[in-house]
Amino acid sequence: MPFSAEKVNGVMVIDVEGQLIVGNRQELKQKILEELDRGERRFVVDFARTGYIDSSGLGVLVSLSKKVREVGGELRLANLNDDLRTLFELTKLDTLFQIYDSREAALQGL
Amino acid sequence: MDRRFSFPGACDAPWSGPPDLVLDLPNDLASIEEAVNAVLEHCAFCGANRGRVRLKLRVGLWEALANAILYGNQADPAKRVRVEVAVRDSAITARITDQGSGFDPHSLPDPTRPENLLRPEGRGIFLMRKLLDEVFYNDQGNSVTLVVRIQEGNPGRETDFGARA
Repeated sequence: MPFSAEKVNGVMVIDVEGQLIVGNRQELKQKILEELDRGERRFVVDFARTGYIDSSGLGVLVSLSKKVREVGGELRLANLNDDLRTLFELTKLDTLFQIYDSREAALQGL
Repeated sequence: MDRRFSFPGACDAPWSGPPDLVLDLPNDLASIEEAVNAVLEHCAFCGANRGRVRLKLRVGLWEALANAILYGNQADPAKRVRVEVAVRDSAITARITDQGSGFDPHSLPDPTRPENLLRPEGRGIFLMRKLLDEVFYNDQGNSVTLVVRIQEGNPGRETDFGARA
Protein backbone atom coordinates (compact mmCIF):
# COMPACT_ATOMS: atom_id res chain seq x y z
CA MET A 1 0.00 0.00 0.00
CA PRO A 2 1.45 3.38 -0.92
CA PHE A 3 -0.58 5.09 1.83
CA SER A 4 -0.31 4.14 5.48
CA ALA A 5 -2.03 5.97 8.30
CA GLU A 6 -1.26 6.24 11.98
CA LYS A 7 -2.61 8.41 14.73
CA VAL A 8 -0.04 10.62 16.43
CA ASN A 9 -1.14 12.79 19.35
CA GLY A 10 -4.71 12.73 18.07
CA VAL A 11 -3.74 13.65 14.50
CA MET A 12 -4.07 11.30 11.51
CA VAL A 13 -0.69 11.14 9.79
CA ILE A 14 -0.67 9.62 6.32
CA ASP A 15 2.59 8.55 4.71
CA VAL A 16 2.80 8.63 0.93
CA GLU A 17 5.29 6.03 -0.15
CA GLY A 18 6.63 6.32 -3.70
CA GLN A 19 4.25 8.44 -5.76
CA LEU A 20 0.95 10.28 -5.61
CA ILE A 21 -0.23 10.04 -9.19
CA VAL A 22 -3.18 9.63 -11.51
CA GLY A 23 -3.05 5.85 -11.00
CA ASN A 24 -3.39 5.85 -7.19
CA ARG A 25 -4.83 9.21 -6.13
CA GLN A 26 -8.27 7.71 -5.53
CA GLU A 27 -6.79 5.43 -2.85
CA LEU A 28 -5.56 8.43 -0.87
CA LYS A 29 -8.87 10.19 -1.34
CA GLN A 30 -10.77 7.15 -0.16
CA LYS A 31 -8.57 6.73 2.90
CA ILE A 32 -8.92 10.32 4.07
CA LEU A 33 -12.67 10.43 3.35
CA GLU A 34 -13.10 7.28 5.43
CA GLU A 35 -11.23 8.90 8.30
CA LEU A 36 -13.40 12.00 7.95
CA ASP A 37 -16.49 9.79 8.17
CA ARG A 38 -15.09 8.28 11.36
CA GLY A 39 -14.89 11.75 12.84
CA GLU A 40 -11.20 12.56 12.31
CA ARG A 41 -10.63 16.25 11.58
CA ARG A 42 -6.88 16.83 11.82
CA PHE A 43 -4.56 15.44 9.15
CA VAL A 44 -0.89 15.58 8.19
CA VAL A 45 0.17 14.12 4.84
CA ASP A 46 3.87 13.23 5.08
CA PHE A 47 5.86 13.17 1.82
CA ALA A 48 9.21 12.16 3.32
CA ARG A 49 9.21 9.00 1.22
CA THR A 50 7.56 10.44 -1.88
CA GLY A 51 9.46 10.70 -5.15
CA TYR A 52 6.84 12.29 -7.35
CA ILE A 53 3.44 13.97 -7.36
CA ASP A 54 1.75 14.59 -10.70
CA SER A 55 -0.92 17.18 -11.47
CA SER A 56 -3.66 14.68 -10.60
CA GLY A 57 -2.00 14.13 -7.24
CA LEU A 58 -1.91 17.88 -6.65
CA GLY A 59 -5.57 17.99 -7.60
CA VAL A 60 -6.61 15.33 -5.12
CA LEU A 61 -4.83 17.20 -2.33
CA VAL A 62 -6.73 20.36 -3.28
CA SER A 63 -10.01 18.46 -3.28
CA LEU A 64 -9.28 16.81 0.09
CA SER A 65 -8.17 20.05 1.68
CA LYS A 66 -11.45 21.63 0.64
CA LYS A 67 -13.49 18.77 2.08
CA VAL A 68 -11.56 18.78 5.37
CA ARG A 69 -12.01 22.54 5.73
CA GLU A 70 -15.72 22.29 5.01
CA VAL A 71 -16.19 20.23 8.15
CA GLY A 72 -13.98 22.48 10.26
CA GLY A 73 -10.84 20.38 10.04
CA GLU A 74 -7.31 21.02 8.86
CA LEU A 75 -4.96 19.20 6.50
CA ARG A 76 -1.25 20.01 6.59
CA LEU A 77 1.61 18.83 4.40
CA ALA A 78 5.12 17.87 5.52
CA ASN A 79 8.51 16.94 4.09
CA LEU A 80 8.15 18.01 0.46
CA ASN A 81 11.50 17.68 -1.29
CA ASP A 82 12.85 20.55 -3.42
CA ASP A 83 11.32 19.27 -6.68
CA LEU A 84 7.91 18.73 -5.15
CA ARG A 85 7.99 22.10 -3.44
CA THR A 86 8.76 23.67 -6.83
CA LEU A 87 5.52 22.16 -8.20
CA PHE A 88 3.54 23.64 -5.31
CA GLU A 89 5.17 27.03 -5.82
CA LEU A 90 4.60 27.13 -9.59
CA THR A 91 0.92 26.27 -9.15
CA LYS A 92 0.63 28.66 -6.16
CA LEU A 93 -0.65 25.78 -4.09
CA ASP A 94 1.93 26.79 -1.50
CA THR A 95 -0.52 29.61 -0.72
CA LEU A 96 -3.37 27.16 -0.19
CA PHE A 97 -1.62 24.64 2.06
CA GLN A 98 0.26 24.88 5.31
CA ILE A 99 3.57 23.22 4.37
CA TYR A 100 6.09 22.18 7.02
CA ASP A 101 9.68 20.98 6.83
CA SER A 102 9.11 18.06 9.19
CA ARG A 103 6.34 15.88 10.57
CA GLU A 104 7.02 17.21 14.05
CA ALA A 105 6.65 20.82 12.88
CA ALA A 106 3.38 19.96 11.11
CA LEU A 107 2.00 18.29 14.24
CA GLN A 108 2.85 21.24 16.44
CA GLY A 109 -0.21 23.30 17.28
CA LEU A 110 -2.54 21.16 15.14
CA MET B 1 10.14 4.21 -38.47
CA ASP B 2 7.34 2.32 -36.78
CA ARG B 3 4.22 2.43 -38.96
CA ARG B 4 2.00 0.00 -37.11
CA PHE B 5 -0.59 2.68 -36.52
CA SER B 6 -1.39 6.03 -37.98
CA PHE B 7 -1.58 9.42 -36.31
CA PRO B 8 -4.03 11.86 -37.82
CA GLY B 9 -2.48 15.29 -38.07
CA ALA B 10 1.08 14.03 -37.74
CA CYS B 11 3.62 16.47 -39.16
CA ASP B 12 7.31 16.54 -39.88
CA ALA B 13 9.58 15.99 -36.92
CA PRO B 14 11.06 19.14 -35.35
CA TRP B 15 14.54 17.62 -35.55
CA SER B 16 16.82 16.38 -38.30
CA GLY B 17 17.12 12.69 -39.09
CA PRO B 18 15.43 9.81 -37.32
CA PRO B 19 14.64 10.09 -33.59
CA ASP B 20 17.09 8.48 -31.16
CA LEU B 21 14.37 6.68 -29.25
CA VAL B 22 10.85 5.63 -30.23
CA LEU B 23 8.38 4.12 -27.76
CA ASP B 24 5.10 2.66 -28.94
CA LEU B 25 2.97 2.48 -25.80
CA PRO B 26 -0.32 0.82 -24.95
CA ASN B 27 -2.99 3.30 -23.87
CA ASP B 28 -2.58 2.40 -20.22
CA LEU B 29 -1.66 4.66 -17.28
CA ALA B 30 0.66 1.93 -16.03
CA SER B 31 2.93 2.54 -19.02
CA ILE B 32 3.68 6.16 -18.00
CA GLU B 33 6.32 5.49 -15.39
CA GLU B 34 8.17 2.94 -17.49
CA ALA B 35 8.21 5.30 -20.47
CA VAL B 36 9.41 8.28 -18.41
CA ASN B 37 12.19 6.20 -16.88
CA ALA B 38 13.23 4.87 -20.30
CA VAL B 39 13.55 8.41 -21.67
CA LEU B 40 15.44 9.64 -18.61
CA GLU B 41 17.81 6.71 -18.89
CA HIS B 42 18.28 7.31 -22.60
CA CYS B 43 19.09 10.97 -22.01
CA ALA B 44 21.25 10.44 -18.93
CA PHE B 45 24.44 10.92 -20.94
CA CYS B 46 23.54 14.52 -21.69
CA GLY B 47 22.83 15.58 -18.15
CA ALA B 48 19.21 14.51 -17.87
CA ASN B 49 19.82 13.17 -14.41
CA ARG B 50 20.93 16.51 -13.13
CA GLY B 51 18.61 18.63 -11.06
CA ARG B 52 16.20 20.74 -13.02
CA VAL B 53 16.71 19.00 -16.37
CA ARG B 54 15.45 15.80 -14.80
CA LEU B 55 12.47 17.55 -13.18
CA LYS B 56 11.54 19.29 -16.44
CA LEU B 57 11.70 16.05 -18.43
CA ARG B 58 9.82 14.04 -15.83
CA VAL B 59 6.99 16.55 -15.43
CA GLY B 60 6.72 17.22 -19.17
CA LEU B 61 6.65 13.57 -20.19
CA TRP B 62 4.40 12.49 -17.33
CA GLU B 63 1.75 15.11 -17.92
CA ALA B 64 1.85 14.78 -21.69
CA LEU B 65 1.45 11.00 -21.47
CA ALA B 66 -1.38 11.18 -18.93
CA ASN B 67 -3.21 13.69 -21.14
CA ALA B 68 -2.64 11.56 -24.24
CA ILE B 69 -3.96 8.41 -22.57
CA LEU B 70 -6.93 9.87 -20.68
CA TYR B 71 -8.07 12.78 -22.84
CA GLY B 72 -6.53 12.33 -26.29
CA ASN B 73 -7.20 8.61 -26.60
CA GLN B 74 -10.08 8.82 -24.09
CA ALA B 75 -8.80 5.79 -22.15
CA ASP B 76 -9.52 3.55 -25.15
CA PRO B 77 -7.40 0.40 -24.64
CA ALA B 78 -7.34 -0.22 -28.40
CA LYS B 79 -5.37 2.97 -29.01
CA ARG B 80 -1.65 3.66 -28.74
CA VAL B 81 0.64 6.52 -27.77
CA ARG B 82 3.91 7.23 -29.51
CA VAL B 83 6.91 8.88 -27.86
CA GLU B 84 9.82 10.06 -30.00
CA VAL B 85 12.96 11.52 -28.48
CA ALA B 86 15.89 13.26 -30.13
CA VAL B 87 18.94 14.91 -28.63
CA ARG B 88 20.15 17.66 -30.97
CA ASP B 89 21.95 20.98 -30.65
CA SER B 90 22.15 20.95 -26.87
CA ALA B 91 18.48 20.22 -26.38
CA ILE B 92 16.37 17.18 -25.62
CA THR B 93 13.23 17.16 -27.73
CA ALA B 94 10.37 14.74 -27.05
CA ARG B 95 7.21 14.43 -29.09
CA ILE B 96 4.17 12.65 -27.64
CA THR B 97 1.39 11.78 -30.07
CA ASP B 98 -1.97 10.14 -29.43
CA GLN B 99 -4.62 8.84 -31.78
CA GLY B 100 -7.35 11.19 -30.63
CA SER B 101 -9.00 14.06 -32.42
CA GLY B 102 -7.00 16.68 -30.54
CA PHE B 103 -7.96 19.72 -28.49
CA ASP B 104 -7.39 23.48 -28.36
CA PRO B 105 -4.43 24.08 -26.04
CA HIS B 106 -5.06 27.83 -26.05
CA SER B 107 -8.40 27.61 -24.29
CA LEU B 108 -7.15 26.55 -20.86
CA PRO B 109 -7.83 28.68 -17.75
CA ASP B 110 -4.94 29.78 -15.54
CA PRO B 111 -5.06 27.46 -12.49
CA THR B 112 -3.16 29.96 -10.33
CA ARG B 113 -5.90 32.60 -10.50
CA PRO B 114 -7.71 32.90 -7.17
CA GLU B 115 -11.01 31.71 -8.63
CA ASN B 116 -9.33 28.56 -10.01
CA LEU B 117 -7.05 27.67 -7.11
CA LEU B 118 -9.55 25.27 -5.53
CA ARG B 119 -10.28 23.43 -8.77
CA PRO B 120 -8.94 19.86 -8.65
CA GLU B 121 -7.92 19.77 -12.32
CA GLY B 122 -6.20 21.92 -14.93
CA ARG B 123 -2.60 21.99 -13.72
CA GLY B 124 -0.90 19.51 -16.06
CA ILE B 125 -0.37 21.61 -19.18
CA PHE B 126 0.20 24.68 -17.02
CA LEU B 127 3.13 22.91 -15.29
CA MET B 128 4.53 21.77 -18.62
CA ARG B 129 4.49 25.31 -19.95
CA LYS B 130 6.00 26.75 -16.78
CA LEU B 131 8.80 24.23 -16.48
CA LEU B 132 9.87 23.34 -20.00
CA ASP B 133 11.87 25.58 -22.29
CA GLU B 134 9.40 25.10 -25.16
CA VAL B 135 6.03 23.37 -25.48
CA PHE B 136 4.13 23.35 -28.75
CA TYR B 137 1.26 21.45 -30.32
CA ASN B 138 0.50 20.46 -33.87
CA ASP B 139 -2.49 22.13 -35.52
CA GLN B 140 -4.79 19.25 -34.67
CA GLY B 141 -3.79 19.23 -31.01
CA ASN B 142 -3.05 15.51 -30.74
CA SER B 143 0.75 15.83 -30.69
CA VAL B 144 2.81 17.86 -28.23
CA THR B 145 6.52 18.60 -28.54
CA LEU B 146 8.60 19.31 -25.43
CA VAL B 147 12.02 20.94 -25.51
CA VAL B 148 14.51 20.95 -22.64
CA ARG B 149 17.75 22.83 -23.20
CA ILE B 150 20.93 21.25 -21.92
CA GLN B 151 23.57 23.83 -22.84
CA GLU B 152 26.94 23.57 -21.15
CA GLY B 153 26.78 25.34 -17.84
CA ASN B 154 22.99 25.13 -17.69
CA PRO B 155 22.07 21.51 -16.96
CA GLY B 156 21.75 21.46 -13.20
CA ARG B 157 21.31 25.16 -12.68
CA GLU B 158 18.41 26.49 -10.70
CA THR B 159 16.10 28.12 -13.19
CA ASP B 160 13.92 31.13 -12.62
CA PHE B 161 10.71 29.35 -13.55
CA GLY B 162 8.70 32.41 -12.64
CA ALA B 163 10.06 34.24 -15.66
CA ARG B 164 7.95 32.08 -17.98
CA ALA B 165 4.55 33.07 -16.69
